[in-house]
Amino acid sequence: MKSSQSLVSKIKKIANEINHLVNLMEVCGTHTQAISRNGIRQLMPANINLITGPGCPVCVTDQRDIDNIVALSLSGVPIATYGDAVRVPGNFGSLEDARAKGGKVFPVYTIEEALKIKKELPDLVFFGIGFETTAPMTAYAIKNGLTVYSAHKLFLPAMEYLLENNKNIDGFISPGHVSVIVGADRLSSIKAPQVITGFEAEDVLIGIYLLLQQIKNQQSIVQNEYTRAVSNTGNQKAYNLIFEVFEASAGLWRGLGKISGSGLKIKNQYSAQDAKVKFKNILDKVKHQNTFHANCKCGEIIQGLRQPKHCPMFNKSCTPANPYGPCMVSVEGACRVEHDYQ
Amino acid sequence: MCLAIPGKIKTIKNNIAQVDFSGVIQEANTSLMDVPLKKNDYVLIHAGFVIQKLLAKDAREILKTYEELSKFSE
Repeated sequence: MKSSQSLVSKIKKIANEINHLVNLMEVCGTHTQAISRNGIRQLMPANINLITGPGCPVCVTDQRDIDNIVALSLSGVPIATYGDAVRVPGNFGSLEDARAKGGKVFPVYTIEEALKIKKELPDLVFFGIGFETTAPMTAYAIKNGLTVYSAHKLFLPAMEYLLENNKNIDGFISPGHVSVIVGADRLSSIKAPQVITGFEAEDVLIGIYLLLQQIKNQQSIVQNEYTRAVSNTGNQKAYNLIFEVFEASAGLWRGLGKISGSGLKIKNQYSAQDAKVKFKNILDKVKHQNTFHANCKCGEIIQGLRQPKHCPMFNKSCTPANPYGPCMVSVEGACRVEHDYQ
Repeated sequence: MCLAIPGKIKTIKNNIAQVDFSGVIQEANTSLMDVPLKKNDYVLIHAGFVIQKLLAKDAREILKTYEELSKFSE
């Protein structure tokens, strides 16, 4: 606690020297939780603004992908996916709703569980979501025979897109566990001040201080505060496995739209296990409509353009028990975190 | 979803490790690692896979954060 207080004092001093508004974006759901849990936003000087970016994989999954996977389930295809993804509502309801209508839906903690379910249900489709941290596990499972609907995404192109399209971002608290896989060196392609941090209050505060130091000195480099888990080169075996099975393609992000090179498409050599190919006849018939609740501001919240408390539905008609948007569904979503820790 | 948790390897056989997470033993797949792993190594686990080998002191520090997070999530 003493070191936190001293770090806050140092942050206040350097913020005073900078003397203009600074927006720092965290882009990892676990950092969103760490900042709120420790009340770090409230400790910041008036000119330091901490904003939440698209770090929650469930939240950034596009409505079209939710609608497609729900349509597959309603057509009788068994679906497995990671926890929170079953509750995200789409135009035809959520996977949870599909299960209530008789669909076979299996929330899993690990992809090994999906591989076990597949032995009983050979047509099982795994709904693959998540960034570079999770994509290697899906690649492993595809190589071991699992059929996958890939909504996986690469995070680094999204950071570049954010920098180009949101001129208010002055620096990134860069993701901890994505960086375990990709390594600190690969982040240097993003031309902004960055600090990869751990998840303790002190880690985040050190990250903020180092970012402010860079901004004061007009630097744009990658600093690695989370050296206890992140190396310069990352986990090469896991990273290479992603690109053995997937190729980079245009990715659809809720709120951000289409970002070239940010999606992970299953390579042709594994097309027999690509649910988008295998069930093309069902997916081609899905009618995509943008009937998503007009007042839900998840898309803007994901981009750091709006805070949860400025959404008219937040904690009123939209709650964890009755979520309208994925930002309230996922435990890493900005709205859910704000609800849980406020 | 990108949360990774540290644990200590109790046994390891054919790319499957039994990992001790603060007294709870669970399986973790080691196929994504290109460094050799052995009993008593500390590792970082994400979605059932070992993604990094850790130093013991670093694992303890990361574990402390995870326990705080779990407390708040209950």
